[in-house]
Amino acid sequence: MKKYFYEFLKGIIKENPTFVLVLGLCPTLAVSVSVINGIGMGFAATFVIVGSNIIISMFKKVIPDRIRIPCFIVIIATFVTITELVMKAYSPALNRALGIYVPLIVVNCIVLGRAEAYAQKETVVNSLMDGVGMGVGFTLALILISGIRELLGAGQLMGYTAIKGFEPAFVFGMPSGALLVIGLLLGFFNILKGGRE
Amino acid sequence: MNIAQFLTIFISAVFIYNVILSRFLGLCSFVAISKETKPALAMSLSVMFVTTMSSIITWFIYQFLLIPFHLTYLRTISFILVIATFVQFVEMVIRKISPPMYRFFGIYLPLITVNCAVLGVAVLNSDMFFVNGKAIPGSFLYSLFQGICVGLGYTLAMLLMSGIRERLDLCNVPKAVKDFPLAFIIASIMSLSFLGFNGFKF
Repeated sequence: MKKYFYEFLKGIIKENPTFVLVLGLCPTLAVSVSVINGIGMGFAATFVIVGSNIIISMFKKVIPDRIRIPCFIVIIATFVTITELVMKAYSPALNRALGIYVPLIVVNCIVLGRAEAYAQKETVVNSLMDGVGMGVGFTLALILISGIRELLGAGQLMGYTAIKGFEPAFVFGMPSGALLVIGLLLGFFNILKGGRE
Repeated sequence: MNIAQFLTIFISAVFIYNVILSRFLGLCSFVAISKETKPALAMSLSVMFVTTMSSIITWFIYQFLLIPFHLTYLRTISFILVIATFVQFVEMVIRKISPPMYRFFGIYLPLITVNCAVLGVAVLNSDMFFVNGKAIPGSFLYSLFQGICVGLGYTLAMLLMSGIRERLDLCNVPKAVKDFPLAFIIASIMSLSFLGFNGFKF
């Protein structure tokens, strides 16, 4: 039981996919304009990671080694298509906000990376916990980045004006601000990790 | 189909909505490979080739397979499978024709499959140039041209970044921001400067 909890926890802090493994940055920066978009993308990605981890772990003895990457891609793409269709049906506004980045979850390095590095070697339950941990870590990272960007770039948080009388700096809503925020956050976590010079 | 549309595609794909600095597609390979100019150039040329060819192939698949049989919900799966197969095929051809070139590319070639830019441009084409399930006139040429221009934009950003990072190698950099964080901060300044191209109209 404790081992499962460890697998889950490691995805959040020790091997956080965004800040430690530095994977899957394309959608992270693109959708983190507002916290709601960030949470939506986080949930979608979590569903895909968990689903594909489980299926790949179940079939790991059956998939031939030479064509494993296309097989993984088919499995992941299936889950992404499910997510895409569900989103189009039940939350079209979120789908429009996330745009082309929903189908792009297929090539999100986190999903393929976990499949390659973990799911094809470990048991189903381990892979499930790892997937959930990675997904939660990814969602938390998204909330952090989009929180900063929405607060400084639009003066709002989840649509509510957070600080009165604060003129927001638009640059944080733009791509330039996204890159700046992730660069500074990575540097900050580097300092936390191992002393600075 | 008019010339102004082509110019708009070029300006927006290369400058205003630059693939890397504005749309964030291909960011992983961007920060990982842009440390030196030679690998950066090799990577960007191969990406340009793959984006162009996959724009062509995915257009045909969308127009003659997915739309007539009402299978557009299979867009993601079919596009990414086609791209993966094509990259594998290119790798085999290069390995046969010219082993030195294959060794030169190394691991970069298989990495292009998961490059967001390739799938991104295919999805962009099918979103932009197909309205209500039908292709707008000239959409094949628009898609092909957008594939080329996305590759050009990728190359431009990579060359700029590798030039800067090669010089940065000789400077004293705080240990905390070495490598990745500094690359992102530089990319942010580059992206800011590219903002200046906004408002370009014909």
